[in-house]
Parts: sequence; structure tokens; C-alpha cells
Amino acid sequence: MTPTRRQTRARVPLPLLLPAGLGLVFLVLPLVGLVVRAPWTTLPERLTEPGVLTALRLSLLTATLATVLCLLLGVPLAWLLARITFPGRRLVRALVTVPLVLPPVVGGVALLLVFGRRGLVGSWLDSTFGISLPFTTAGVVVAEAFVAMPFLVIAVEGALRGTDTRYEEAAATLGAGRWTTFRRVTLPLVAPGVAAGTVLCWARALGEFGATITFAGNFPGRTQTMPLAVYLALETDLQAAIVLSLILLIVSVGILAGLRGRWIA
Amino acid sequence: MTGVLDAHLVVQRDTGFRLDIEVSIAAGEVVALLGPNGAGKTTALRALAGLTPLTDGRIRVGGDVLDDPAARAWTPPEDRPAGVVFQDYMLFPHLSVLDNVAFGPRSRGAGRSEARALAADWLSRVGLSEYARRKPRQLSGGQAQRVALARALVGDPALLLLDEPLAALDARTRLDTRAELHRHLSEHPGATLLVTHDPLDALVLADRLVIVEDGAVVQQGDAATITARPRTDYVARLVGLNLYRGPAADRVVRVNGDFALTVAEPIDGDVFVAFPPAAVAVHSHRPDGSPRNTWPATIAGIQRHGDNLRVQLDGPITAAADITPTAAAQLRLAPGQQVWAAVKATETLAYPATPRG
Repeated sequence: MTPTRRQTRARVPLPLLLPAGLGLVFLVLPLVGLVVRAPWTTLPERLTEPGVLTALRLSLLTATLATVLCLLLGVPLAWLLARITFPGRRLVRALVTVPLVLPPVVGGVALLLVFGRRGLVGSWLDSTFGISLPFTTAGVVVAEAFVAMPFLVIAVEGALRGTDTRYEEAAATLGAGRWTTFRRVTLPLVAPGVAAGTVLCWARALGEFGATITFAGNFPGRTQTMPLAVYLALETDLQAAIVLSLILLIVSVGILAGLRGRWIA
Repeated sequence: MTGVLDAHLVVQRDTGFRLDIEVSIAAGEVVALLGPNGAGKTTALRALAGLTPLTDGRIRVGGDVLDDPAARAWTPPEDRPAGVVFQDYMLFPHLSVLDNVAFGPRSRGAGRSEARALAADWLSRVGLSEYARRKPRQLSGGQAQRVALARALVGDPALLLLDEPLAALDARTRLDTRAELHRHLSEHPGATLLVTHDPLDALVLADRLVIVEDGAVVQQGDAATITARPRTDYVARLVGLNLYRGPAADRVVRVNGDFALTVAEPIDGDVFVAFPPAAVAVHSHRPDGSPRNTWPATIAGIQRHGDNLRVQLDGPITAAADITPTAAAQLRLAPGQQVWAAVKATETLAYPATPRG
């Protein structure tokens, strides 16, 4: 058995091995650069700068709220796409994935046109409830959710399609209506998929830049999230930009590593 | 006979397949729907459970119409008085054994503790009380089958539906589980429909057999009638009989064109003739004397069959013959060899091909 294993290992063809190695280096090297160039000696005092903590807190808050919003709307949408046959389902599925390929800046412009003070929905929100989304923290959440939701919907829909629908049929024959079946059978069965989708969605929301700056602007303490702070710092203080980037990197990797063993295969 | 289930099931598929069968089951009766793969057995079960809509026909359980496309009546599966044991059981992997069984009562409005008490009672009936806290993946196949049965029976459904309940088990577990299942089915006061492709399951578990081929009922009756008087090649193969059909005059039946089979009793009209492989004798030379039916045959194949060998014979009629290994050795039987086959008229059974009533 050992010789066979050695043979397969030796047989990795060079045309695959070489680009694979290059690809790995390409992905990891910039992160290494970030770590190497970080101003480690002045790091503690830089971390405690009020602007940094404010941006981090805002980023974590908005990304989490956006993820909650995506879960509340995206899971039912994924269920609809996976379980109900309706005319135009393929079109709806394509529409759901549009924000995935749309440049985020364009998404921000589109959001302004709809939720802006003179927008289709925005003017109504303003006149009826006195709510205005653009350039507010709530606007950040909306922008992040818009960009991140497709990740969740696609992950959950894939998980739903992968589960055996006969479990749901079994639940129906046991007297469970569709809602009870969804709650007590479907959702627990796709929990790993929902968790994976949630992590992807949260990570995407945390890193959101284009739609946020377009729709919500760049106001420290209100709409300036970490990516925006990084961009702004880059203009004036490279060291500060590196520190902020490093924090984002650590938070992202930390969350991913923490969840990996538990839910994500 | 008080009928619990009274159904005429018509399901038309886009593929051209059409199921069209009538089934009635009395209280306490166990009916097996037996047929080859693709015959429509599972479709029939799904239609009864409300998982596949009828194209036409009607389903009545205990006087209530559950499904009647013509009258636009349809009851969703969750409102039908039916318990289903699925093929592969479909126990919920994330729930404990107890909560799997309690799922039905909970869904139907019982409180948590009430549902669990009911479930615990059923688990003890199937002898699995000590497994209540386990997850389904920690159960053996036989245990999972019993949990699935308990889960289906916990609400005392008027109609119990079982889809290939023993197909997922290995041969040894199957024997024990079949006996246990038989006990539970005979205790079930409602109507039971069992779908299977295994004749042994059907014969052991059911009071009555309904044989389905290509979406239609080809034969039904009790086990004794079906095993003695098969009406299709499929049933004949299931019960291990040689079966022929042809016009009869007095004691001679013309089968397969012009081959004359002499039978024991005088009979006329379109008839079936059946005889067991053990009744077929194989000789190396044309036999003299008593057997009335002899024909030259070619050995097409030889297989083990219990303690004997089953020899497939080609010739004017195809037939299976069971002979002892000793006789086979003496005759030096081998595929392709020319032999003579013989069947005594007294070992054959002839019966009318047109079903009565």
C-alpha cells in the first residue's frame, strides 16, 4: 500500500503542480506582507486610538445586523427557490444573484435611487415615517445586506436542494403542516448550510466598501466602517491603514477558524 | 366486511406511465401490493398518503372522501388518518428516537410531555425503551425499522402504509424483523397496505395479495390461491411454477402454438396450465411408460436451487426442472446438451384463464 501511495504522490503532473503552487503563493503573500510591514512596536497605542475602536465597533455592529436581516429574508427566499415550483423561478434565481456580479458602487447608486430621499421607496418612507436611510448607520446595514444576501441565499438554497425531501414528506404524513415542517425538520437539516452561508454573508458584509460609501457616505462614528477607514487612512497615514487592515484580517480569520470546526465542513 | 379503505387510484405520468388500480381493505386486514420494480406500487402508496395527487379516481377512508379530483376534493397529507413507514425509514436524524416517535402527536396538537408519554409507550411496545435517547444513526437497521413502525402507529391511524419495510435489512435481521412486524400488523385494528417486491414478505405478512404489473392489477386473492394458480409469468416466477396458457379441449391444452400438454382433468376454453419444477423429470433418452407429456429439450442453464439443481430447458416449451445433484451427475448434465423432459398429467393443474366474477 505504501508504494502505491508514493506512486500517486510522485505522479502529480508539473503543469498542475506549478500553477497550484504559484496560486497559493499569490493568495498568501499579500497577507504575509501585511503582517511583516505592520508597525508592531507602536501597535498597542495605535489600537487604542478612538477612531480605530469606533470604526471596528461600527463594522462589527453593521455586519452583524446586516447578517440578521439577510437571514430573516434570505432563508425564506432560498426555501421558496428550492421547494416551490412557480413560473419564472429561473428568472427570480438569476435576479437574486445579480448583486453578486454587480459592481458594489453600482449597487450603491441603485440603492440611492430607490431609498434616497427622492427615491421610489425613500420618499414614501420619509413622508410616512420620517425615516431617511442614506448617510445613516441603518443605510450602512442596508448597503451591506444588499451586497451580502446573495451569498446566503445561494448557500442555503444549495443546502436545501441537497437534503432528501422525503424527510419533509415523512413530517407531512405525521401531521405537520408546511410551517411546522420547515421549523422542526427542514431548518435543522440544513443548519450546516445556513451556518456556512451566514459566515460567508457576514464576512462579505464586514468587507463591504463600494455600496456603503456610495449609499451611506463616510462619516466617522456613523457610517465609517473599517474598510472605509482603511481607504481614508491610506491617503494620509500608511501605518494607520496597515494597522486597520491587520485588525480586519485577524477578525475575519479568527471568526472563520472559530466556526470551522463546529459547522463548516 | 366493513371497508376502512376504498380507493380507485389513477395516476397519469408525463412519461406515459399510468397507474389504474382499485384497492379495498377491511378493518384489521393486511393487504400486500406485490409487483416488480416500476409497476406503480410506490406511486399507489404515495397517492394514498397524499404525497402524489390523483389524476382520477377516488380515495375514501372510513367513509370520508380524502381525494376526488372530479369533485375537486383533496386532503393534504398532514390531515389524512394515515401512518407511513417509508423505505429507508426517513427517521429525522437530528431528533432522538423518542422525539421521532413523539413528532406525530406533537404536530397534531399534543403537549410535549403528553406526546413523549405516548411515544415512550410505543417504544416499549416495539421493545426499544432503552434506546429512547439515542439518535437514529446509532441504531441498527432492524431497530430503525421498529422505530419507524412505532412512529407511524403512534396516532392509531385508520390506515397504515408500509413501503418495502424490510428491503433495507440484511437477510438475518430480516427474518426476526419480519416475525416481529407480523405481530404488530396483526394487532393493528385499522387497515394496512404493504408495498413489497418480495413474495415472502407478502406471503408472511399479508392476509390478501394484490399483484400489480405495469400499473394494473393482474391478480388478487389469498396466498394459497395465488401460489397454486398464478395468472401471469411474473407471478408464476415468484411462486416458482411453470406456467402456460392456451386453448383446451377435453384433456389436451395447446400451448405455445401447437404443443399438446395433457392434463389430469377434462377442461375446455382458454386455460392456464401450471406445474412445479419438481414435477419435471429429465432423461437422457426418450422415456417409455406412464408419463403422458414428453418432449425433446436443450439445457439452457443450470443453477443451484436449495439442495437441488434447477435446470432451465429450451424446446417446444420452455420449462424449469428441479433435479437432485446425484441425478444430474448420472446424466452428466451440461448446458447445450440434448435431453428428454417428462411431466405426468396428474402433476399438472389446469384452470380457466378468464377470471371469474
